[in-house]
Amino acid sequence: MDFSFPPEVEAFRTEVKAFLADNFDESMLDVTHDGTMHVPELHAALAAEGWLAGPVPKELGGGGRTALESIVLNEEMQLARAPIDAMGVTVITAAILMEHGSDHLKETVVPALLNGEALTSFGYTEPESGSDVAAAATKAVKDGDEWAINGAKMWTTMAHIADYVILLTRTDPDVPKHKGLTFFLVPFDTPGIEIQPVPTMATERSNATFYDDVRLSDDWRVGEVNGGWAVMKTALKYERGVAGGQFMSPPVIDAGIDWATNHERADGTRPIDDLAVRERLIRAQIDVEVCRGFAYHCADLANEGAMFGVEGSMTKLFASETFKRHCREIHDMMGAEGLLTLESPEAHHGGLIEEALRHSPVTAIYGGTSEINRNMVAEGFLGLPRAR
Amino acid sequence: MIGLMRTRYSEDEVAVRDAFFDFFANECPTTTVRAAAEGTGFDPALWSSLAAMGAPGMALPESLGGAGAALTDLAVVADVAGAHLAPVPLIEHAVTARALARAGGHDDLVAELAEGSTLATLALRPPTGDTARLVPAGAVADVLLHHCDGVTSSSRGNAPGIKLPNTADLPLAHRVISDATAIELDTDGWNRTVDEWRALTAVAYVGLAKRAIEIGVAYTKERIQFGVLIGTFQALQHGFADAATSVEGAHLLAQRAVWALETEQPGASRLAGMALLFAAESARFAADRSVQYHGGYGFSEEYDVQLYHRHATAWILQLGDPAAEYARLADAEFGPVMGAA
Repeated sequence: MDFSFPPEVEAFRTEVKAFLADNFDESMLDVTHDGTMHVPELHAALAAEGWLAGPVPKELGGGGRTALESIVLNEEMQLARAPIDAMGVTVITAAILMEHGSDHLKETVVPALLNGEALTSFGYTEPESGSDVAAAATKAVKDGDEWAINGAKMWTTMAHIADYVILLTRTDPDVPKHKGLTFFLVPFDTPGIEIQPVPTMATERSNATFYDDVRLSDDWRVGEVNGGWAVMKTALKYERGVAGGQFMSPPVIDAGIDWATNHERADGTRPIDDLAVRERLIRAQIDVEVCRGFAYHCADLANEGAMFGVEGSMTKLFASETFKRHCREIHDMMGAEGLLTLESPEAHHGGLIEEALRHSPVTAIYGGTSEINRNMVAEGFLGLPRAR
Repeated sequence: MIGLMRTRYSEDEVAVRDAFFDFFANECPTTTVRAAAEGTGFDPALWSSLAAMGAPGMALPESLGGAGAALTDLAVVADVAGAHLAPVPLIEHAVTARALARAGGHDDLVAELAEGSTLATLALRPPTGDTARLVPAGAVADVLLHHCDGVTSSSRGNAPGIKLPNTADLPLAHRVISDATAIELDTDGWNRTVDEWRALTAVAYVGLAKRAIEIGVAYTKERIQFGVLIGTFQALQHGFADAATSVEGAHLLAQRAVWALETEQPGASRLAGMALLFAAESARFAADRSVQYHGGYGFSEEYDVQLYHRHATAWILQLGDPAAEYARLADAEFGPVMGAA
């Protein structure tokens, strides 16, 4: 066993820290502006460093960064509270296009994604298919030289600021559901697309997107016809390297410690001197170290080229469920003061803790619900029979 | 090793693990655990066999008769010993011997401890008056270290040879320490010793927890109710999945804590404290799920799973109330409680 990084990865961590100090501070996070955590200046700076395509192999035009370097970038960004969503979508979409895209897509779209000029969004989930993603019903039908696409997608987050959506469609309804899927990259300026906002219980906005006889040439197809599931596997492969969420808690815990140390209750005592508060904060810090162990373990496995599934499921399950608990407990600790939202100038730490509390439920839902991940662990790790 | 980021056992560690797994599987079935429980809670024959394998002196310096292995190697043995609830105080013995080796001036004694012909332990809590209460392996250990008011002392030869009846039939006994003599181990050295106990016990807890889950999962794959295997019920599957996830996290944390102590990383003590608390909680949760999913049989003495539940409860309490351990970590993290004496 050895839980330290090679010197070159530690050097990269130093580089990332300096980069974040120069290019990001929390005041740039203005979720009230367009409903997203996207920070265009940061995205452009990441692109300039060549880090947006970090985990993609050099021969495919990426940065050739190892999984260890990817987790370090991910960790430092999350600790600094820099949003990683746009970076994640960009890396995964670029990787999909480089592995499965037509020459047209590789020559026009990929460079724009990697230099930060273009943004994409994910179009997997539908109103009637969430966890059962392979049941997608959005139809793509070949009509002469063109494809005609009809259907609807849910949770197309960032669609309203993005240029493209990577769309999962049904091209054959008469075969088992995994075998009749095809991917397309769809430009949002194509006629027939409607984007409707989906307000959420957090301040952030998502979208529903509707596709009404959207016409595309075959150049926009990604991967084989009915080969969509192979493309999905590429997406999952890169998600291992960039998918975040292992370090969501530290900024909330740090803000909580700051509050507990610098505020007095009505009786003149500080929360940080309350044994119950201290135990809760230490428990949260222990959970953070467990998440760190999971993150480094997954990076180690990916670095060795090992395919893994259950380790990722465990990481996602543990990180999101504990994040929810940390948000709840730290928010409670602030009592009525915790109710002030980020719109209030009086909100402690810019309303970070309150905003995290309202955001936290979705972390145990998107990218694989906790229930799906428990199924994966029960079947894949414990060898229990399939229960659905 | 430094700079490899290897979060899995190396080939050498796997070889050690396999050898000791086979050893405990053969020499320490649960009938052995139950037999020891009828007596002192210690199995001298198992200890002799373990000594013949070199385990007691494994992580002691070669110059003192040890094998010069790393704490991370000893942890591999602690893992499988924990999985089998081995009725031998391997962890207490090893960390006490290492403390004496670090203190210096006890070469002959350390050589006996490396052989395993003499058994050593430590009082994890300070004595009250001239008595150290409920000492781990206190019923049988020849040599006892304790720490009080900044001074570490050693005493020898007061083992009562009888345990106090306790939750997991551990060889717990009070020890009189009035004839103890001071050794050259300062408070930092003592704290380091207890941290080694914390980290290795965390690893043993992971071994226990994994086995508790295995036993439970195996049972739900053969037990039929309502005409189906109960292992097909999602309610049980999700309980096991939460337990397994927690235990896997505990494994990574406990191994990191041992590695951090071995390589003297900053923050090693913090990780050791965290690892013990998290591993104990994970193991208790795993054992609780496993007993629960056995239904009434889980409560019966006949089934092994209750042994795992009782050991999961007991190990950490030898050190004290977990709440006091959280408080200790909080003091290090946030400073002492303001207004407290």
